[in-house]
Amino acid sequence: MTTEPVISLSGVRAELGSRPVLRGIDLTVRRGEVVALLGANGSGKSTAVRSVIGQVPVSAGGIELFGTPQRRFRDWARVGYVPQRTTAAGGVPATVTEVVSSGRLARTRFGVFRKADREAVRHALDLVGMTDRAKDSVDALSGGQHQRVLIARALAAAPELLIMDEPMAGVDLASQEVLAETLRHQVSEGATVLLVLHELGPLEPLIDRAVVLRDGCVAHDGPPPKAVGQHALPGHDHVHPHAPAGAGPMRTGLLS
Amino acid sequence: MEILDFAFMQRALLAAVLVGITAPAVGIYLVQRRQALMGDGIGHVAMTGVGLGFLLTWSPVWMATLVSVLGAVFMELVRWYARTRGDIALAMLFYGGMAGGVMFINLAPGGSTTNLSSFLFGSLSTVSESDVTAICLLAAFVMLVTVGLRRQLFAVSQDEEFARVTGLPVRFLNLLTAITAAVTVSVAMRVVGLLLVSALMVVPVAAAQQLTRSFAATFAIAVAIGVSVTIGGTVTSYYQDVPPGATIVLLTIGAFIALTALAAPLARRRARTLAAAHPGGDPAECAIPAGRTAGDEVGA
Repeated sequence: MTTEPVISLSGVRAELGSRPVLRGIDLTVRRGEVVALLGANGSGKSTAVRSVIGQVPVSAGGIELFGTPQRRFRDWARVGYVPQRTTAAGGVPATVTEVVSSGRLARTRFGVFRKADREAVRHALDLVGMTDRAKDSVDALSGGQHQRVLIARALAAAPELLIMDEPMAGVDLASQEVLAETLRHQVSEGATVLLVLHELGPLEPLIDRAVVLRDGCVAHDGPPPKAVGQHALPGHDHVHPHAPAGAGPMRTGLLS
Repeated sequence: MEILDFAFMQRALLAAVLVGITAPAVGIYLVQRRQALMGDGIGHVAMTGVGLGFLLTWSPVWMATLVSVLGAVFMELVRWYARTRGDIALAMLFYGGMAGGVMFINLAPGGSTTNLSSFLFGSLSTVSESDVTAICLLAAFVMLVTVGLRRQLFAVSQDEEFARVTGLPVRFLNLLTAITAAVTVSVAMRVVGLLLVSALMVVPVAAAQQLTRSFAATFAIAVAIGVSVTIGGTVTSYYQDVPPGATIVLLTIGAFIALTALAAPLARRRARTLAAAHPGGDPAECAIPAGRTAGDEVGA
Protein backbone atom coordinates (compact mmCIF):
# COMPACT_ATOMS: atom_id res chain seq x y z
CA MET A 1 0.00 0.00 0.00
CA THR A 2 1.43 3.36 -0.98
CA THR A 3 0.96 6.38 1.24
CA GLU A 4 -0.20 8.87 -1.37
CA PRO A 5 -3.08 10.86 0.15
CA VAL A 6 -6.28 10.67 -1.86
CA ILE A 7 -8.27 12.96 0.40
CA SER A 8 -6.60 15.53 2.58
CA LEU A 9 -8.44 18.01 4.78
CA SER A 10 -6.54 20.49 6.94
CA GLY A 11 -8.19 22.84 9.39
CA VAL A 12 -11.50 22.74 7.51
CA ARG A 13 -14.23 24.94 8.94
CA ALA A 14 -17.77 25.21 7.64
CA GLU A 15 -20.93 26.93 8.76
CA LEU A 16 -24.54 26.15 7.96
CA GLY A 17 -26.34 29.43 8.36
CA SER A 18 -24.39 31.01 11.22
CA ARG A 19 -23.93 27.76 13.15
CA PRO A 20 -20.42 26.31 12.95
CA VAL A 21 -20.71 22.68 11.88
CA LEU A 22 -17.04 21.89 11.24
CA ARG A 23 -14.58 23.57 13.58
CA GLY A 24 -11.18 22.78 12.14
CA ILE A 25 -11.10 19.21 10.83
CA ASP A 26 -7.91 17.42 9.82
CA LEU A 27 -8.43 14.21 7.91
CA THR A 28 -6.24 12.26 5.53
CA VAL A 29 -7.32 9.21 3.58
CA ARG A 30 -4.51 7.41 1.80
CA ARG A 31 -4.70 5.26 -1.31
CA GLY A 32 -6.27 1.88 -0.61
CA GLU A 33 -7.53 2.83 2.84
CA VAL A 34 -11.07 2.28 4.06
CA VAL A 35 -11.94 5.01 6.52
CA ALA A 36 -15.20 5.22 8.45
CA LEU A 37 -16.45 8.56 9.68
CA LEU A 38 -18.44 8.02 12.85
CA GLY A 39 -20.27 10.31 15.22
CA ALA A 40 -23.63 11.25 16.66
CA ASN A 41 -26.36 13.02 14.69
CA GLY A 42 -25.27 16.64 14.20
CA SER A 43 -21.58 15.91 14.81
CA GLY A 44 -20.75 17.05 11.27
CA LYS A 45 -20.03 13.73 9.53
CA SER A 46 -22.26 14.38 6.54
CA THR A 47 -21.08 17.98 6.28
CA ALA A 48 -17.49 16.74 6.31
CA VAL A 49 -17.95 14.35 3.37
CA ARG A 50 -20.06 16.88 1.51
CA SER A 51 -17.28 19.44 1.92
CA VAL A 52 -14.87 16.94 0.33
CA ILE A 53 -16.98 16.78 -2.82
CA GLY A 54 -17.55 20.54 -2.88
CA GLN A 55 -21.21 20.51 -1.93
CA VAL A 56 -20.73 22.54 1.26
CA PRO A 57 -18.91 25.89 1.16
CA VAL A 58 -15.84 25.85 3.39
CA SER A 59 -15.01 29.02 5.32
CA ALA A 60 -11.42 28.13 6.20
CA GLY A 61 -8.88 25.38 5.67
CA GLY A 62 -7.74 23.38 2.69
CA ILE A 63 -9.14 20.35 0.86
CA GLU A 64 -7.13 18.32 -1.64
CA LEU A 65 -8.32 15.45 -3.82
CA PHE A 66 -5.63 13.25 -5.39
CA GLY A 67 -3.11 15.95 -4.50
CA THR A 68 -5.00 18.72 -6.35
CA PRO A 69 -6.68 21.57 -4.47
CA GLN A 70 -10.38 20.77 -4.65
CA ARG A 71 -11.24 24.09 -6.34
CA ARG A 72 -9.08 23.14 -9.29
CA PHE A 73 -10.01 19.44 -9.26
CA ARG A 74 -11.85 18.48 -12.47
CA ASP A 75 -11.29 14.75 -12.73
CA TRP A 76 -14.60 13.84 -11.08
CA ALA A 77 -14.84 10.51 -12.88
CA ARG A 78 -12.25 9.26 -10.37
CA VAL A 79 -14.70 9.91 -7.53
CA GLY A 80 -17.83 7.83 -6.96
CA TYR A 81 -20.35 9.45 -4.65
CA VAL A 82 -23.26 7.70 -2.94
CA PRO A 83 -25.51 10.32 -1.33
CA GLN A 84 -27.56 9.71 1.77
CA ARG A 85 -30.93 9.12 0.23
CA THR A 86 -33.82 6.86 0.94
CA THR A 87 -34.94 6.89 -2.67
CA ALA A 88 -33.49 7.07 -6.16
CA ALA A 89 -36.82 8.09 -7.70
CA GLY A 90 -37.55 11.42 -9.40
CA GLY A 91 -40.84 12.87 -10.61
CA VAL A 92 -40.89 10.65 -13.71
CA PRO A 93 -40.52 6.85 -13.80
CA ALA A 94 -37.01 5.66 -14.55
CA THR A 95 -35.56 2.18 -14.80
CA VAL A 96 -32.68 0.90 -12.73
CA THR A 97 -30.48 0.94 -15.85
CA GLU A 98 -31.40 4.56 -16.64
CA VAL A 99 -30.49 5.72 -13.14
CA VAL A 100 -27.23 3.76 -13.08
CA SER A 101 -26.33 5.04 -16.57
CA SER A 102 -26.25 8.62 -15.30
CA GLY A 103 -23.27 7.59 -13.17
CA ARG A 104 -21.37 6.72 -16.35
CA LEU A 105 -21.74 10.18 -17.92
CA ALA A 106 -18.46 11.37 -16.41
CA ARG A 107 -16.62 8.82 -18.56
CA THR A 108 -18.39 9.70 -21.82
CA ARG A 109 -17.81 12.40 -24.39
CA PHE A 110 -20.88 14.68 -24.56
CA GLY A 111 -23.00 11.93 -23.06
CA VAL A 112 -22.73 9.59 -26.05
CA PHE A 113 -22.81 5.99 -24.83
CA ARG A 114 -20.58 3.45 -26.52
CA LYS A 115 -20.49 -0.30 -26.12
CA ALA A 116 -17.94 -0.07 -23.30
CA ASP A 117 -20.19 2.34 -21.41
CA ARG A 118 -23.21 0.06 -21.64
CA GLU A 119 -20.96 -2.81 -20.55
CA ALA A 120 -19.76 -0.79 -17.55
CA VAL A 121 -23.36 -0.11 -16.51
CA ARG A 122 -24.18 -3.83 -16.76
CA HIS A 123 -21.09 -4.67 -14.72
CA ALA A 124 -22.01 -2.16 -12.01
CA LEU A 125 -25.50 -3.69 -11.78
CA ASP A 126 -23.93 -7.12 -11.56
CA LEU A 127 -21.67 -5.99 -8.69
CA VAL A 128 -24.65 -5.05 -6.54
CA GLY A 129 -26.71 -8.06 -7.62
CA MET A 130 -29.40 -6.06 -9.41
CA THR A 131 -29.01 -7.43 -12.92
CA ASP A 132 -32.40 -9.12 -12.82
CA ARG A 133 -34.05 -5.80 -11.90
CA ALA A 134 -32.32 -3.76 -14.63
CA LYS A 135 -35.53 -3.01 -16.53
CA ASP A 136 -37.70 -2.41 -13.46
CA SER A 137 -38.75 1.05 -12.35
CA VAL A 138 -36.82 2.35 -9.34
CA ASP A 139 -40.21 3.19 -7.83
CA ALA A 140 -40.81 -0.54 -7.38
CA LEU A 141 -37.68 -1.12 -5.26
CA SER A 142 -37.26 -1.50 -1.53
CA GLY A 143 -35.02 0.78 0.54
CA GLY A 144 -32.13 -1.65 0.38
CA GLN A 145 -32.47 -2.12 -3.36
CA HIS A 146 -32.56 1.68 -3.84
CA GLN A 147 -29.29 1.91 -2.00
CA ARG A 148 -27.80 -0.82 -4.18
CA VAL A 149 -28.86 1.14 -7.27
CA LEU A 150 -27.24 4.32 -5.93
CA ILE A 151 -24.03 2.40 -5.27
CA ALA A 152 -24.11 0.87 -8.75
CA ARG A 153 -24.55 4.38 -10.13
CA ALA A 154 -21.37 5.46 -8.34
CA LEU A 155 -19.51 2.34 -9.50
CA ALA A 156 -20.53 2.76 -13.16
CA ALA A 157 -17.70 5.25 -13.74
CA ALA A 158 -15.20 2.79 -12.22
CA PRO A 159 -14.01 5.31 -9.61
CA GLU A 160 -10.75 5.06 -7.64
CA LEU A 161 -12.30 6.77 -4.63
CA LEU A 162 -15.71 5.91 -3.22
CA ILE A 163 -17.43 8.37 -0.91
CA MET A 164 -20.55 7.02 0.75
CA ASP A 165 -22.91 8.84 3.10
CA GLU A 166 -24.61 6.33 5.40
CA PRO A 167 -24.86 3.53 2.84
CA MET A 168 -26.43 1.21 5.40
CA ALA A 169 -29.23 3.53 6.57
CA GLY A 170 -32.61 1.94 5.95
CA VAL A 171 -31.08 -1.14 4.33
CA ASP A 172 -32.42 -4.61 5.03
CA LEU A 173 -30.07 -7.33 6.19
CA ALA A 174 -29.87 -9.13 2.83
CA SER A 175 -28.91 -5.91 1.07
CA GLN A 176 -26.40 -5.05 3.83
CA GLU A 177 -24.59 -8.28 3.10
CA VAL A 178 -24.61 -7.61 -0.65
CA LEU A 179 -23.27 -4.11 -0.02
CA ALA A 180 -20.54 -5.37 2.27
CA GLU A 181 -19.55 -7.92 -0.37
CA THR A 182 -19.58 -5.22 -3.09
CA LEU A 183 -17.37 -3.00 -0.97
CA ARG A 184 -15.00 -5.89 -0.20
CA HIS A 185 -14.65 -6.47 -3.94
CA GLN A 186 -13.93 -2.78 -4.59
CA VAL A 187 -11.34 -2.68 -1.82
CA SER A 188 -9.64 -5.80 -3.13
CA GLU A 189 -9.41 -4.08 -6.54
CA GLY A 190 -7.58 -1.20 -4.85
CA ALA A 191 -10.37 1.34 -4.30
CA THR A 192 -10.05 3.95 -1.58
CA VAL A 193 -13.19 4.37 0.51
CA LEU A 194 -14.48 7.08 2.83
CA LEU A 195 -17.83 6.29 4.34
CA VAL A 196 -20.08 7.90 6.88
CA LEU A 197 -21.53 5.32 9.22
CA HIS A 198 -23.81 5.32 12.19
CA GLU A 199 -22.46 1.96 13.33
CA LEU A 200 -19.76 -0.29 11.97
CA GLY A 201 -22.12 -3.24 11.53
CA PRO A 202 -21.31 -5.80 8.81
CA LEU A 203 -18.66 -3.50 7.33
CA GLU A 204 -16.48 -3.68 10.45
CA PRO A 205 -13.93 -6.21 9.11
CA LEU A 206 -13.28 -3.99 6.08
CA ILE A 207 -12.52 -0.82 7.96
CA ASP A 208 -8.87 0.15 8.44
CA ARG A 209 -9.40 3.30 10.41
CA ALA A 210 -12.24 5.11 12.14
CA VAL A 211 -12.48 8.86 12.56
CA VAL A 212 -14.98 9.92 15.18
CA LEU A 213 -16.40 13.43 15.03
CA ARG A 214 -17.97 15.22 17.94
CA ASP A 215 -19.41 18.76 17.68
CA GLY A 216 -17.47 19.43 14.49
CA CYS A 217 -14.09 18.30 15.82
CA VAL A 218 -12.14 15.08 15.39
CA ALA A 219 -12.46 13.19 18.68
CA HIS A 220 -10.71 9.98 17.63
CA ASP A 221 -8.59 8.92 14.69
CA GLY A 222 -7.28 5.40 14.77
CA PRO A 223 -8.26 1.77 14.68
CA PRO A 224 -12.00 1.22 14.67
CA PRO A 225 -13.43 1.07 18.18
CA LYS A 226 -14.05 -2.59 18.99
CA ALA A 227 -17.60 -3.33 19.91
CA VAL A 228 -17.99 -6.36 22.15
CA GLY A 229 -20.89 -8.17 23.74
CA GLN A 230 -23.89 -5.95 24.25
CA HIS A 231 -22.00 -3.02 22.72
CA ALA A 232 -21.99 -4.80 19.38
CA LEU A 233 -25.76 -4.76 19.17
CA PRO A 234 -27.14 -2.17 16.78
CA GLY A 235 -28.71 0.68 18.66
CA HIS A 236 -26.45 0.44 21.64
CA ASP A 237 -25.25 3.77 23.11
CA HIS A 238 -21.58 3.23 22.70
CA VAL A 239 -19.35 4.89 25.32
CA HIS A 240 -16.12 5.55 23.53
CA PRO A 241 -12.90 4.82 25.46
CA HIS A 242 -11.28 8.03 24.22
CA ALA A 243 -14.09 10.23 25.42
CA PRO A 244 -13.14 12.38 28.39
CA ALA A 245 -14.90 11.49 31.61
CA GLY A 246 -18.27 13.15 31.93
CA ALA A 247 -18.54 13.85 28.20
CA GLY A 248 -21.61 11.67 28.09
CA PRO A 249 -22.24 8.62 25.95
CA MET A 250 -21.17 8.76 22.35
CA ARG A 251 -24.03 7.57 20.29
CA THR A 252 -22.99 5.47 17.38
CA GLY A 253 -25.97 3.16 17.36
CA LEU A 254 -28.56 3.25 14.64
CA LEU A 255 -31.35 3.70 17.07
CA SER A 256 -29.94 6.54 19.14
CA MET B 1 -59.35 16.35 -46.58
CA GLU B 2 -60.90 19.75 -47.26
CA ILE B 3 -59.40 20.97 -43.99
CA LEU B 4 -55.98 21.00 -45.66
CA ASP B 5 -57.17 23.19 -48.53
CA PHE B 6 -56.90 26.30 -46.44
CA ALA B 7 -53.45 27.80 -46.06
CA PHE B 8 -54.26 29.03 -42.56
CA MET B 9 -55.23 25.50 -41.50
CA GLN B 10 -52.01 24.06 -42.96
CA ARG B 11 -50.06 26.56 -40.90
CA ALA B 12 -52.19 25.88 -37.85
CA LEU B 13 -51.73 22.12 -38.10
CA LEU B 14 -47.98 22.42 -38.59
CA ALA B 15 -47.77 24.65 -35.53
CA ALA B 16 -49.97 22.24 -33.59
CA VAL B 17 -47.74 19.24 -34.38
CA LEU B 18 -44.62 21.13 -33.35
CA VAL B 19 -46.27 22.20 -30.11
CA GLY B 20 -47.42 18.64 -29.48
CA ILE B 21 -43.82 17.43 -29.79
CA THR B 22 -41.95 20.19 -27.97
CA ALA B 23 -44.19 20.93 -24.99
CA PRO B 24 -44.04 17.40 -23.47
CA ALA B 25 -40.37 17.04 -24.49
CA VAL B 26 -39.46 19.94 -22.20
CA GLY B 27 -42.20 19.28 -19.70
CA ILE B 28 -40.84 15.84 -18.83
CA TYR B 29 -37.70 17.40 -17.33
CA LEU B 30 -39.77 19.95 -15.42
CA VAL B 31 -41.98 17.17 -14.02
CA GLN B 32 -38.90 15.10 -13.19
CA ARG B 33 -37.40 17.93 -11.14
CA ARG B 34 -40.81 18.63 -9.61
CA GLN B 35 -41.16 22.08 -11.16
CA ALA B 36 -44.37 21.28 -12.99
CA LEU B 37 -45.68 24.82 -12.62
CA MET B 38 -42.63 26.51 -14.07
CA GLY B 39 -44.21 26.63 -17.54
CA ASP B 40 -47.18 28.47 -16.05
CA GLY B 41 -44.88 31.09 -14.55
CA ILE B 42 -43.02 31.58 -17.82
CA GLY B 43 -46.37 31.92 -19.59
CA HIS B 44 -47.27 34.84 -17.35
CA VAL B 45 -43.94 36.52 -17.98
CA ALA B 46 -44.29 36.04 -21.74
CA MET B 47 -47.39 38.30 -21.64
CA THR B 48 -45.10 41.28 -21.13
CA GLY B 49 -43.26 40.22 -24.28
CA VAL B 50 -46.48 40.06 -26.27
CA GLY B 51 -47.47 43.51 -24.97
CA LEU B 52 -44.06 44.93 -25.86
CA GLY B 53 -44.32 43.36 -29.31
CA PHE B 54 -47.55 45.27 -29.94
CA LEU B 55 -46.17 48.49 -28.46
CA LEU B 56 -42.97 48.40 -30.53
CA THR B 57 -44.74 46.77 -33.51
CA TRP B 58 -42.26 43.88 -33.51
CA SER B 59 -43.20 40.25 -33.89
CA PRO B 60 -44.99 39.25 -30.66
CA VAL B 61 -43.58 35.69 -30.98
CA TRP B 62 -39.94 36.81 -31.00
CA MET B 63 -40.58 39.47 -28.35
CA ALA B 64 -42.33 36.92 -26.13
CA THR B 65 -39.37 34.56 -26.64
CA LEU B 66 -36.91 37.25 -25.60
CA VAL B 67 -38.83 38.34 -22.51
CA SER B 68 -39.71 34.82 -21.36
CA VAL B 69 -36.09 33.68 -21.78
CA LEU B 70 -34.98 36.63 -19.62
CA GLY B 71 -37.71 35.73 -17.11
CA ALA B 72 -36.67 32.08 -17.05
CA VAL B 73 -33.01 32.99 -16.51
CA PHE B 74 -34.08 35.28 -13.67
CA MET B 75 -36.14 32.46 -12.10
CA GLU B 76 -33.15 30.13 -12.27
CA LEU B 77 -30.95 32.79 -10.63
CA VAL B 78 -33.54 33.22 -7.89
CA ARG B 79 -33.46 29.47 -7.34
CA TRP B 80 -29.68 29.59 -6.79
CA TYR B 81 -29.32 32.63 -4.62
CA ALA B 82 -32.54 33.14 -2.69
CA ARG B 83 -33.69 29.66 -1.78
CA THR B 84 -35.68 30.78 1.25
CA ARG B 85 -37.48 33.80 -0.14
CA GLY B 86 -37.49 32.53 -3.70
CA ASP B 87 -41.21 31.94 -3.94
CA ILE B 88 -42.04 35.59 -3.16
CA ALA B 89 -39.63 36.78 -5.84
CA LEU B 90 -41.20 34.36 -8.32
CA ALA B 91 -44.73 35.49 -7.41
CA MET B 92 -43.74 39.09 -8.11
CA LEU B 93 -42.19 38.08 -11.41
CA PHE B 94 -45.37 36.25 -12.50
CA TYR B 95 -47.81 38.99 -11.56
CA GLY B 96 -45.48 41.73 -12.78
CA GLY B 97 -45.24 39.91 -16.11
CA MET B 98 -49.01 39.68 -16.43
CA ALA B 99 -49.60 43.31 -15.41
CA GLY B 100 -46.83 44.46 -17.75
CA GLY B 101 -48.48 42.65 -20.65
CA VAL B 102 -51.87 44.28 -20.04
CA MET B 103 -50.27 47.70 -19.57
CA PHE B 104 -48.09 47.62 -22.70
CA ILE B 105 -50.85 46.39 -24.95
CA ASN B 106 -53.13 49.19 -23.79
CA LEU B 107 -50.39 51.73 -24.46
CA ALA B 108 -49.88 50.36 -27.97
CA PRO B 109 -51.50 52.45 -30.72
CA GLY B 110 -54.98 51.06 -31.29
CA GLY B 111 -54.27 48.24 -28.85
CA SER B 112 -56.65 46.86 -26.31
CA THR B 113 -56.80 43.76 -24.14
CA THR B 114 -58.89 42.04 -26.82
CA ASN B 115 -55.67 41.73 -28.88
CA LEU B 116 -54.20 39.84 -25.97
CA SER B 117 -56.90 37.21 -25.76
CA SER B 118 -55.70 35.32 -28.86
CA PHE B 119 -52.32 34.96 -27.14
CA LEU B 120 -53.85 34.00 -23.81
CA PHE B 121 -56.07 31.24 -25.12
CA GLY B 122 -54.63 30.47 -28.55
CA SER B 123 -56.03 31.21 -31.95
CA LEU B 124 -55.32 29.11 -35.01
CA SER B 125 -56.63 31.43 -37.69
CA THR B 126 -54.14 34.13 -36.72
CA VAL B 127 -50.98 32.02 -37.17
CA SER B 128 -49.10 33.96 -39.84
CA GLU B 129 -46.34 32.89 -42.27
CA SER B 130 -43.70 34.61 -40.17
CA ASP B 131 -45.12 32.96 -37.02
CA VAL B 132 -44.69 29.55 -38.67
CA THR B 133 -41.06 30.32 -39.54
CA ALA B 134 -40.40 31.41 -35.97
CA ILE B 135 -42.19 28.36 -34.53
CA CYS B 136 -40.17 25.97 -36.75
CA LEU B 137 -36.85 27.51 -35.77
CA LEU B 138 -37.70 27.55 -32.07
CA ALA B 139 -39.05 23.99 -32.15
CA ALA B 140 -35.84 22.80 -33.81
CA PHE B 141 -33.84 24.35 -30.96
CA VAL B 142 -36.07 22.70 -28.34
CA MET B 143 -35.74 19.25 -29.95
CA LEU B 144 -31.98 19.62 -30.29
CA VAL B 145 -31.66 20.31 -26.56
CA THR B 146 -34.23 17.88 -25.19
CA VAL B 147 -33.16 14.91 -27.33
CA GLY B 148 -29.47 15.69 -27.83
CA LEU B 149 -28.76 16.33 -24.16
CA ARG B 150 -31.26 13.84 -22.77
CA ARG B 151 -28.74 11.91 -20.67
CA GLN B 152 -27.30 15.04 -19.10
CA LEU B 153 -30.71 16.61 -18.48
CA PHE B 154 -31.98 13.31 -17.05
CA ALA B 155 -29.05 13.11 -14.62
CA VAL B 156 -29.44 16.72 -13.48
CA SER B 157 -33.20 16.46 -13.08
CA GLN B 158 -33.00 13.13 -11.28
CA ASP B 159 -30.36 14.06 -8.69
CA GLU B 160 -28.80 17.50 -8.93
CA GLU B 161 -26.19 16.95 -6.23
CA PHE B 162 -24.96 13.69 -7.76
CA ALA B 163 -24.81 15.37 -11.19
CA ARG B 164 -22.59 18.10 -9.74
CA VAL B 165 -20.26 15.50 -8.23
CA THR B 166 -19.93 13.70 -11.57
CA GLY B 167 -18.64 16.99 -12.95
CA LEU B 168 -21.62 17.87 -15.16
CA PRO B 169 -22.05 21.62 -15.78
CA VAL B 170 -25.19 21.67 -13.64
CA ARG B 171 -25.72 25.45 -13.63
CA PHE B 172 -25.42 25.59 -17.40
CA LEU B 173 -27.82 22.66 -17.83
CA ASN B 174 -30.34 24.21 -15.44
CA LEU B 175 -30.17 27.50 -17.32
CA LEU B 176 -30.54 25.64 -20.61
CA THR B 177 -33.63 23.81 -19.29
CA ALA B 178 -35.17 27.11 -18.18
CA ILE B 179 -34.39 28.77 -21.53
CA THR B 180 -35.73 25.79 -23.46
CA ALA B 181 -38.94 25.89 -21.42
CA ALA B 182 -39.26 29.60 -22.17
CA VAL B 183 -38.76 29.00 -25.88
CA THR B 184 -41.39 26.27 -25.79
CA VAL B 185 -43.87 28.67 -24.23
CA SER B 186 -43.38 30.99 -27.19
CA VAL B 187 -43.77 28.07 -29.62
CA ALA B 188 -47.01 27.00 -27.97
CA MET B 189 -48.67 30.32 -27.23
CA ARG B 190 -50.16 30.70 -30.72
CA VAL B 191 -51.82 27.31 -30.53
CA VAL B 192 -52.82 26.69 -26.90
CA GLY B 193 -52.31 30.17 -25.46
CA LEU B 194 -50.08 31.40 -22.68
CA LEU B 195 -52.44 30.49 -19.87
CA LEU B 196 -52.80 26.88 -21.00
CA VAL B 197 -49.24 26.20 -22.17
CA SER B 198 -48.22 24.56 -18.93
CA ALA B 199 -51.00 21.97 -19.24
CA LEU B 200 -49.51 20.67 -22.46
CA MET B 201 -46.07 20.44 -20.85
CA VAL B 202 -47.25 18.55 -17.78
CA VAL B 203 -50.43 16.57 -18.46
CA PRO B 204 -49.15 14.37 -21.35
CA VAL B 205 -46.19 13.40 -19.13
CA ALA B 206 -48.48 12.62 -16.22
CA ALA B 207 -50.72 10.58 -18.54
CA ALA B 208 -47.79 8.64 -20.04
CA GLN B 209 -46.47 7.81 -16.54
CA GLN B 210 -49.59 5.80 -15.89
CA LEU B 211 -48.35 3.19 -18.33
CA THR B 212 -44.57 3.33 -18.19
CA ARG B 213 -41.66 2.17 -16.10
CA SER B 214 -38.83 3.88 -17.96
CA PHE B 215 -37.94 7.47 -18.71
CA ALA B 216 -37.40 6.74 -22.41
CA ALA B 217 -40.87 5.20 -22.79
CA THR B 218 -42.44 8.05 -20.82
CA PHE B 219 -40.78 10.54 -23.16
CA ALA B 220 -41.98 8.74 -26.30
CA ILE B 221 -45.56 8.20 -25.10
CA ALA B 222 -45.86 11.77 -23.75
CA VAL B 223 -44.83 13.15 -27.14
CA ALA B 224 -47.24 10.78 -28.90
CA ILE B 225 -50.07 11.97 -26.63
CA GLY B 226 -49.01 15.58 -27.19
CA VAL B 227 -49.13 15.25 -30.99
CA SER B 228 -52.46 13.37 -30.92
CA VAL B 229 -54.23 15.92 -28.76
CA THR B 230 -52.88 18.97 -30.57
CA ILE B 231 -53.92 17.57 -33.95
CA GLY B 232 -57.23 16.34 -32.52
CA GLY B 233 -57.91 19.67 -30.85
CA THR B 234 -57.01 21.69 -33.92
CA VAL B 235 -59.25 19.64 -36.20
CA THR B 236 -62.11 19.73 -33.67
CA SER B 237 -61.85 23.48 -33.29
CA TYR B 238 -62.02 23.87 -37.06
CA TYR B 239 -65.20 21.82 -37.44
CA GLN B 240 -66.98 22.76 -34.24
CA ASP B 241 -65.85 26.40 -33.99
CA VAL B 242 -64.59 25.99 -30.43
CA PRO B 243 -61.41 27.60 -29.01
CA PRO B 244 -58.39 25.38 -29.89
CA GLY B 245 -56.42 25.89 -26.65
CA ALA B 246 -59.28 24.81 -24.40
CA THR B 247 -60.14 21.88 -26.69
CA ILE B 248 -56.55 20.63 -26.69
CA VAL B 249 -56.20 20.89 -22.91
CA LEU B 250 -59.53 19.16 -22.25
CA LEU B 251 -58.54 16.37 -24.66
CA THR B 252 -55.21 15.99 -22.81
CA ILE B 253 -56.95 15.70 -19.47
CA GLY B 254 -59.35 13.21 -21.04
CA ALA B 255 -56.35 11.16 -22.20
CA PHE B 256 -54.94 11.29 -18.67
CA ILE B 257 -58.18 10.00 -17.16
CA ALA B 258 -58.55 7.27 -19.79
CA LEU B 259 -54.97 6.06 -19.31
CA THR B 260 -55.31 6.13 -15.53
CA ALA B 261 -58.38 3.91 -15.76
CA LEU B 262 -56.54 1.63 -18.18
CA ALA B 263 -53.43 1.51 -15.99
CA ALA B 264 -55.01 0.05 -12.86
CA PRO B 265 -55.53 -3.48 -14.25
CA LEU B 266 -52.16 -3.21 -16.02
CA ALA B 267 -50.41 -2.42 -12.73
CA ARG B 268 -52.09 -5.37 -11.03
CA ARG B 269 -50.94 -7.71 -13.78
CA ARG B 270 -47.42 -6.31 -13.60
CA ALA B 271 -47.32 -6.81 -9.82
CA ARG B 272 -48.37 -10.44 -10.28
CA THR B 273 -45.66 -11.00 -12.90
CA LEU B 274 -43.10 -9.39 -10.59
CA ALA B 275 -44.18 -11.54 -7.66
CA ALA B 276 -43.92 -14.63 -9.84
CA ALA B 277 -40.47 -13.62 -11.09
CA HIS B 278 -39.08 -12.96 -7.61
CA PRO B 279 -40.62 -15.58 -5.35
CA GLY B 280 -40.03 -14.89 -1.68
CA GLY B 281 -38.46 -11.53 -2.62
CA ASP B 282 -39.26 -8.08 -1.39
CA PRO B 283 -42.38 -8.04 0.72
CA ALA B 284 -40.62 -9.12 3.90
CA GLU B 285 -38.43 -6.04 4.11
CA CYS B 286 -39.20 -2.60 5.44
CA ALA B 287 -38.27 0.49 3.42
CA ILE B 288 -38.45 2.86 6.39
CA PRO B 289 -35.00 3.41 7.92
CA ALA B 290 -34.95 1.89 11.37
CA GLY B 291 -33.33 4.98 12.90
CA ARG B 292 -35.91 7.44 11.62
CA THR B 293 -39.07 6.52 13.46
CA ALA B 294 -40.51 8.69 16.17
CA GLY B 295 -40.70 5.84 18.64
CA ASP B 296 -36.95 5.33 18.62
CA GLU B 297 -36.27 8.91 19.67
CA VAL B 298 -38.13 8.23 22.87
CA GLY B 299 -36.07 5.12 23.50
CA ALA B 300 -32.70 6.84 23.04
